[in-house]
Amino acid sequence: MGFFGSLINALPGAVTQGLLWGVMAIGVYITFRILDVADLTVDGSLATGGACCVMLIRSGVNPWLALLCAFAVGMLAGLCTGMLHTRCGIPAILSGILTQLALYSVNLRIMQGKANQPVGVDKYPLLVSQRFVREMGLRNPILLAAILLVILIGFLYWFFGTERGCSLRATGANPNMARAQGINTRSNTVLGLMLSNGLVAASGALLAQYQGSSDVNMGRGAIVIGLAAVIIGEVLFSKVFRNFALKLTAVVIGAVLYYIVLQIVLQLGLNTNDLKLLTAVIVAVFLAIPYWKDKVFRKKQGGGKTHA
Amino acid sequence: MLELKELCKTFHPGTVNAKTALNHLSLTLEDGDFVTVIGGNGAGKSTLLNAIAGVFPVDSGSIVLDGEDMTDLPEHKRAALLGRVFQDPQMGTAPTMQIDENLALAARRGQRRGLKWGVTRAEREKYRTLLADLGLGLEDRMSTKVGLLSGGQRQALTLLMATLKKPKLLLLDEHTAALDPKTAMKVLETSQRIVERDGLTTLMITHNMKDAIAYGNRLIMMDAGTVVLDVKGEEKQQLTVPDLIRRFSAASGKDEANDKLLLS
Repeated sequence: MGFFGSLINALPGAVTQGLLWGVMAIGVYITFRILDVADLTVDGSLATGGACCVMLIRSGVNPWLALLCAFAVGMLAGLCTGMLHTRCGIPAILSGILTQLALYSVNLRIMQGKANQPVGVDKYPLLVSQRFVREMGLRNPILLAAILLVILIGFLYWFFGTERGCSLRATGANPNMARAQGINTRSNTVLGLMLSNGLVAASGALLAQYQGSSDVNMGRGAIVIGLAAVIIGEVLFSKVFRNFALKLTAVVIGAVLYYIVLQIVLQLGLNTNDLKLLTAVIVAVFLAIPYWKDKVFRKKQGGGKTHA
Repeated sequence: MLELKELCKTFHPGTVNAKTALNHLSLTLEDGDFVTVIGGNGAGKSTLLNAIAGVFPVDSGSIVLDGEDMTDLPEHKRAALLGRVFQDPQMGTAPTMQIDENLALAARRGQRRGLKWGVTRAEREKYRTLLADLGLGLEDRMSTKVGLLSGGQRQALTLLMATLKKPKLLLLDEHTAALDPKTAMKVLETSQRIVERDGLTTLMITHNMKDAIAYGNRLIMMDAGTVVLDVKGEEKQQLTVPDLIRRFSAASGKDEANDKLLLS
C-alpha cells in the first residue's frame, strides 16, 4: 500500500478524532474567544470526563447517562477555577493551573488509583468506538459525532443569542461596559468556565470510549490542541464565516484538519514523540501572526511613533 | 436626589504613593440638576464619579441615590440606577458586538437576564428611530460591529445606551475630551438635548470652562478632593471665564490658576 493508500485508510480515524476533539475545541473557543480567558483547567477536566465516564460505564451505567455525568463533573471543575479566579482574586491562568493540578489526583482517585482503565466495546454498549470507524452504518462513530456536534452548535447558537448569552459575550468583550450595564461579570465568568469545562469533559468522555480506555494523561496539552483547532478554523474561515454557528463549525473543521495534517506528517515519518513540539510551534506562530501584522502595519503607517 | 456625605477615598494608603482623592466631600443634587464639574488634574473629579458608580469602594462616607443607600452595593447593582459615559470611547461599548446588540444590553440594565432572545425585532425598530435621532447614519448600520465605528459615533452610541433606560443619575466623565472639536460639539449638544428631554439628573465633568458655564444649571469646582466652589441658577448664568479663574484662585488658595484650566 502506497502513501496515499495508507493515508486514505487512516482518514476515517483522523476525522473521528477531529470531530470528538471538536467538542473540546468549542469549549476552548467559549473561554478563549468569548470570555477572553485562557483557561488551563481543560488539561485536567478532559481526563476527568474520560475517567468519570469509563468508571460509570464499567459499573453498568448507561453510556448516555455516563456522558451526562462527565459533563456535570466537568462543570464542577470549571466552577472550581471560576471561584478561585473571581472569589479569591487569583489570576485566571493560575486558577486554571491549580485546578488542573488538583484534578490529576482527583482523576487517579476516580480511576481507583490506576493510571488507566479499559472499557471494551465487546462488554459495554459504547456510544463511539474505534472499531467501527471504517464500517458503513449506524455504529460508525463519525455519524454520532456529527449529530452530537450539530445539536451542540445549535444549542450554543441559541444560548449566545439569549439575554444571558449576550451578557456573557459582553463580559468577555468589555467587562467595564458590562458592569456599567448592570451585568455581573464575576458570575458570568464562572458560568462560561463551567459551560466550557463541561464540554471539554464530555469530549474526554467520548474520546475515552472511542479509544477504549481512559488515561490519566489523556488531557496533557489539550489546551494547545484546542487552541490549534480554534486558530486553524479562524485563519481559514474568518473571512467567509461571520455567523456564530458557522464560526463554531469552523472550529470543528479546524480540529478535523489538525488531525488530518497530523496523520500526514506522521506518515511522512515524523517521530510521534516530536508531535507536541510541532503542535506548540504551530500554535505559537499562528498566535503571533496578528501581533506581527499589527507591528508591520503600524510601521508602514506612522513610522515616527517609535519615540513614545 | 443624590446625597453624598463625607466621602473619603485614599489610593495606596500607607505607602509613599498615598493619594487622597476624595477628602470629606459632601454634595447634594436635586432631581433634574444638570451639574458641570471642573477642577485641575488630580482634583478628584473622576474619582468622584467612579466612587458613585462603585468602581471601587469608598473609605468612609455614604452615597444615597433616590432614597437607596448604594454605598456598599457592587458596581453592577448600582448600574440599575445609573447611566455612564466615559472619557475613553473604547470603554462604553462592546466592540465585537453589533450596534443593536449593544443597545439591547443597555435596554436590560437592572433587569434579570434570562433565556429570552437578546434582541427582539420590535426593539430593533425602536433603536432604528433612536439612532436616526442622533443624525449619524447609524440607523442603517445596526448590524455593524461597534469596533468599526469612529470615536464620536461610539460616544454618541454610549450616550444613547446610558439614557435608553432613564437613569436616576447620568454620569458623564469628560465624555467629549477624546474627540475632535466638531464631533465634541455635536456629542455635547446631543447630551444636552437628551438630558433636557428626559429631565435627567446629571453630573458632567469637563475640562472646558466655557462648556462648564454654558451647560447645566449648576457648576461645581473641585480641588484636592473636595468641592471648593458651588454656583447655581442666576449666578451661574452670569459667570464668565475670568470670573471663574479668579474665584478658583481665591477658593483653592493658589495664586496661579491651573494651567489645564486656563488652556481650555
